[in-house]
Amino acid sequence: MSYRLSHLRTLEAESIHVMREVAAEFERPVLLFSGGKDSIVMLHLAAKAFWPARLPFPLLHVDTGHNFDETIAYRDRRVATLGVQLIVASVQDDIDAGRVVEDTGPRASRNRLQTVTLLRALEQGRFDAAFGGARRDEEKARAKERVFSVRDEFGQWDPKQQRPELWSLYNGRCAPGAQVRVFPLSNWTELDVWQYIKAEGIELPSIYFAHRRLVVPRDGALLAVTRFLPLAPDERPVERVVRFRTVGDATCTGAVESDAADVDAVIAEIATSRITERGATRIDDRMSEASMEDRKREGYF
Amino acid sequence: MSELLRVATAGSVDDGKSTLIGRLLYDSKAVFDDQYAAIERASRAQGADYVNLALLTDGLRAEREQGITIDVAYRYFSTPKRKFILADTPGHVQYTRNMVTGASNADLAIVLVDVRRGVLQQSRRHAFIASLLRIPHIVVAVNKMDLVDYSRDAFDAVCADFRQFATRLDVQDLTFVPISALHGDNVVQRSANMPWYDGAALLHLLENVYTASDRNLVDARFPVQYVIRPLSDRHHDYRGYAGQVAGGVFRPGDDVVVLPSGFTTQIEAIDTADGPVDEAYPPMSVTLRLRDDLDVSRGDMICRDRNRPQVGQDLDAMICWLDERAELRTGGKFMLKHTTRWARAIVRDVQYRLDVDTLHRDEDADALRLNEVGRVALRTTQPLLHDAYRRNRTTGSFILVDEATRATVAAGMLL
Repeated sequence: MSYRLSHLRTLEAESIHVMREVAAEFERPVLLFSGGKDSIVMLHLAAKAFWPARLPFPLLHVDTGHNFDETIAYRDRRVATLGVQLIVASVQDDIDAGRVVEDTGPRASRNRLQTVTLLRALEQGRFDAAFGGARRDEEKARAKERVFSVRDEFGQWDPKQQRPELWSLYNGRCAPGAQVRVFPLSNWTELDVWQYIKAEGIELPSIYFAHRRLVVPRDGALLAVTRFLPLAPDERPVERVVRFRTVGDATCTGAVESDAADVDAVIAEIATSRITERGATRIDDRMSEASMEDRKREGYF
Repeated sequence: MSELLRVATAGSVDDGKSTLIGRLLYDSKAVFDDQYAAIERASRAQGADYVNLALLTDGLRAEREQGITIDVAYRYFSTPKRKFILADTPGHVQYTRNMVTGASNADLAIVLVDVRRGVLQQSRRHAFIASLLRIPHIVVAVNKMDLVDYSRDAFDAVCADFRQFATRLDVQDLTFVPISALHGDNVVQRSANMPWYDGAALLHLLENVYTASDRNLVDARFPVQYVIRPLSDRHHDYRGYAGQVAGGVFRPGDDVVVLPSGFTTQIEAIDTADGPVDEAYPPMSVTLRLRDDLDVSRGDMICRDRNRPQVGQDLDAMICWLDERAELRTGGKFMLKHTTRWARAIVRDVQYRLDVDTLHRDEDADALRLNEVGRVALRTTQPLLHDAYRRNRTTGSFILVDEATRATVAAGMLL
């Protein structure tokens, strides 16, 4: 026997270790679930970590209201199968209550508004740790964030004040009021996530695979035509065969042209892709060189 | 089967570290077109003649604006053989803190040396920290060979110098590669410019370094992390002890002892969500079920009856102090985390401070400050179930946490 583990099983073991640490050391953890593939994989790992018991924490969906119908249907199915509690925190509620003001116009996005809703929901639920599905390979600010990321009482990330993170000895102790974001998928890449989806036979919302859809080209991305997307007068929807590489708010998540109709085809496509995942699809990241860093400092995921 | 290798890089910008990482990422096709286009634009804006691959590892706005460097950035690339996690630590300032933070669980460290400048104080520090952390493999990348006309003598001189220093350290596996990160010589492809070099290119070394014997597969150690009790109709009496194997191999039927209680029993089954397994070894996360109904909780350790860890409250350890606001002194009290167990610890004695440049032991020292390393005697409020760090990096390591700020202030390695 060689007693060797594949890279996927090593990553899985590390993520499960992280989730069990959190369940053991925090009073009220919560898992942020968006219905995107990373949070789906994170939820799958959580289910494995505590098997045969149920998840010892609820799920929290920060809902911009601009969802793909397939994502919501998937979310509700998954929650029912696992028998877990789902909390939906709605950005619309914060808009209605006047806590945030929505931008208007064709390029309006609720992406930034999510931070207010997230922080409100964490406070209302008195959650002291929140699992997020972010990966370090996604973006340069994330490349520098710890697995246990201590945030102040405003949820803000201060890159200068990060704690050393040594071996697998995670320090989740923090001052009253402060909270911890925990990223069990920190060391996974986009390709790892897809290889794991294949290895585990994880079901995904259908929009991750090639399908015909009405889209509108904007800023170099293809945005799905949905009831949430206002069109500029000169914009004309076109029908294309597309899939989504990331799934977030429907108004700022672009599709890519693709004929990858199943997991194998997607893996082959990613392995040869020459454009990063967020570069291909996220209009919200293009606002400036440092937009992710800025949003994290405000308390973003 | 593709395996995972954790690599730490140490060196400063001047040594060409960023260029080397950029080269590794670019030549292994881990750099995407949109990233490349961005650094191409930036290079032109800086008036550079060639695309500056160092910009790939460029930092956050906070770093640029404040002239600081965040201690460690993680980068990922893979080849068909292995997936690599690269912990990239800046070399200049706070080298000890940065490198300890980024390299604590590395399988291999790349230490960069500029061939023209030779083995400087900084290279020696990096090698020392790599040996202190017991990183099993050290690769010295002798860079900028293009600037010495790919001279074999220049390379040999650096190697000899480095080897001489390394004899004073506890280094298990030391390899030298002559490279030019700028031109790509011996990084991914073997270089035609150095026919006298008969070793492998750097990436080939990373892909093939033999790591199977790096883990301790002899001393069975299972720190109990979490007790799984479903309390459901279907699994009414289920009681499983979840954790990550820290050493050795566990099999169903093994005679085991639970510490600190000392009760002996057998392993009934090793569960995972994918079904029971016949054996569990590091770093697998599994759930052990025991044949007898014992009181086992988080922080306990399951091991073999005839191969037990040390159990004690008086501990000798090497400490790296990582905090700029406080210092370690005799009488200081901290929270201590070791495997899955928290305790409180008091510093009984600072035995010596080690000069990381000369390896001289200053026995008159009474404190450890930021970036300092020393030997310390501690007493804990409860016994730790531990091994020497040199035997097991998981059961031999701990962190100290400040009781007021809750910040992690030190890394500890048990002797």
